[in-house]
Amino acid sequence: MTQIVFYVFAAVLLLSATMVISARNPVHSVLFLILAFFNAAGLFLIAGAEFLSMLLVIVYVGAVAVLFLFVVMMLDIDFTKMREGLQRYAPFGAAVGAVLFAELVMAFLHWHQAPVRVMPITGGLGQPGGPHTNTAALGNIIYTHYLLPFQACGLVLLVAMIGAITLTLRERPTGRRQLIDRQHARRREDTLEMLTLPLGNSVVDNGGFRRPDTYYGTAVPGSWGVPEGEGGKVVKAVPAEGDHA
Amino acid sequence: MAHFFFETMAGHVILMVLETLAVLVPLLLAVAYLTLMERKVMASMQMRRGPNVNGLFGVLQAFADAIKMITKETIIPSGANKFLFLFAPFLTFSLAMVAWAVIPTGNGLAVANINVGILYLLAISSLGVYGILIAGWASNSKYAFLGGLRSAAQMVSYEVSIGLVIVSVLLAVGSLNLNDIILAQQHVWFCVPMFPMFIVFFISALAETNRAPFDLPEGESELVAGFFVEYSSLSFGLFFLGEYANMILMSGMVSILFLGGWLPPLGIAPLTWIPGPLWLIAKILFCLFVFIWVRATFPRYRYDQLMRLGWKVFLPFSLLWMIGTAGFLLATGLLPQGMS
Repeated sequence: MTQIVFYVFAAVLLLSATMVISARNPVHSVLFLILAFFNAAGLFLIAGAEFLSMLLVIVYVGAVAVLFLFVVMMLDIDFTKMREGLQRYAPFGAAVGAVLFAELVMAFLHWHQAPVRVMPITGGLGQPGGPHTNTAALGNIIYTHYLLPFQACGLVLLVAMIGAITLTLRERPTGRRQLIDRQHARRREDTLEMLTLPLGNSVVDNGGFRRPDTYYGTAVPGSWGVPEGEGGKVVKAVPAEGDHA
Repeated sequence: MAHFFFETMAGHVILMVLETLAVLVPLLLAVAYLTLMERKVMASMQMRRGPNVNGLFGVLQAFADAIKMITKETIIPSGANKFLFLFAPFLTFSLAMVAWAVIPTGNGLAVANINVGILYLLAISSLGVYGILIAGWASNSKYAFLGGLRSAAQMVSYEVSIGLVIVSVLLAVGSLNLNDIILAQQHVWFCVPMFPMFIVFFISALAETNRAPFDLPEGESELVAGFFVEYSSLSFGLFFLGEYANMILMSGMVSILFLGGWLPPLGIAPLTWIPGPLWLIAKILFCLFVFIWVRATFPRYRYDQLMRLGWKVFLPFSLLWMIGTAGFLLATGLLPQGMS
């Protein structure tokens, strides 16, 4: 019974993996990739690694593949252009593929298997005194026996994340950022000034439009919201044609 | 009889089917009446009567709606990807159903009492985004697409804080099994010592189910109806059912993680006479009422505010709380060791 289930999962996994690279539409590719992840999770489940299986679904299917799909869906793909590219780049692709294939064949022909060395880890799964779920066993191995390499992995990922953010973050001069604490601290007196205007005068005659001080604080330097003295552009109402009729 | 059900293969299968039906049939009925409850509660909050024509106090309204929905025509947009267009509502609906397999309604009383129950729930709820994303893309419509993209960003963002909140609860429990999580609350429900996390989880649950005030994927005023703008008839109905079943599921998760699941509030005589499933249902109903209450009260968030709340407020706060919980448990020697 388990064997049949294994073969079903394995077959669907291989099939969807093939579809990932052969599907015409990239969105379909990503969806097949998700199906492949799913079947891999099923294989883990059959092997009794329930924690890894759930983690595979949560991390890869639930987060990584969503971002893939997110990006791929927004791509504007021109199929005719892609076909042109195919003819141009096909020889290079074939060459790289041939080299890789030759190397793989060579590697397989000269495969020296090292003698299996079982690392005795105290408190492993199923051992007396050890944890009896694979979640606890995994936690024991990662956080007790391999703490330092695990933390180092985390650090590498953190550096990569910060790098990606610094590479893609750009400040636009027209940005208006919302500062919620400043908004909440704002009072009526700060923003509203009651004036008694003489009859027949326009706003411009009384000094033009004024913006509240709290507004300037949130604007990016150099944008329209900043007063002239502080490196911003002038905010002054220009009377429309025929306004003084 | 017992021999047939517990010893033979066919008996096992029949038993499994019966167990599944025992969960799904009440669930679907609950979904039907949740729509009525929402309309009635919102009506009372807005000083209206709500549906009151079909049956006594409008109790048949849900069925009238269902029949109307089924008899309408299914329209598939001409530029839509037909398979994915029809697959998306089906996916949303079935994911909302399969998650219920692990919800315990009594001591050890679940269709599948698995070791990694909470991870299973997290996995299923993280899959929910695909139904919406695929629907938005396959509809071949701008509004639907924008709704789908918004929803993907929103659900992924709030899953992070949900995950961290769950981790801090699990630290205090020492097991991933939902039944163990409830048993760990025998003396005090987790909503007392972890009250801030309870609030964070509840708000994240609102965002995760695309409910007001986080219903930007639907955003009637800007995106018409968001990701299901092109859906009609039964395919729309499946989205509708899935969304409400997800609401009940999230309420169930809140009840299990913070309100003691099927445990009575106090372990004293008159309260312990009431069976566990009824306690769970009562707690779920309370959460659902708050869901509706929130919808009737708050205006919709703006998109940048939604992202800010998720990433700049909830994420650091729940991370800090998690570290604090771990430190506290370690310092006081209360860290659970034995259960695993």
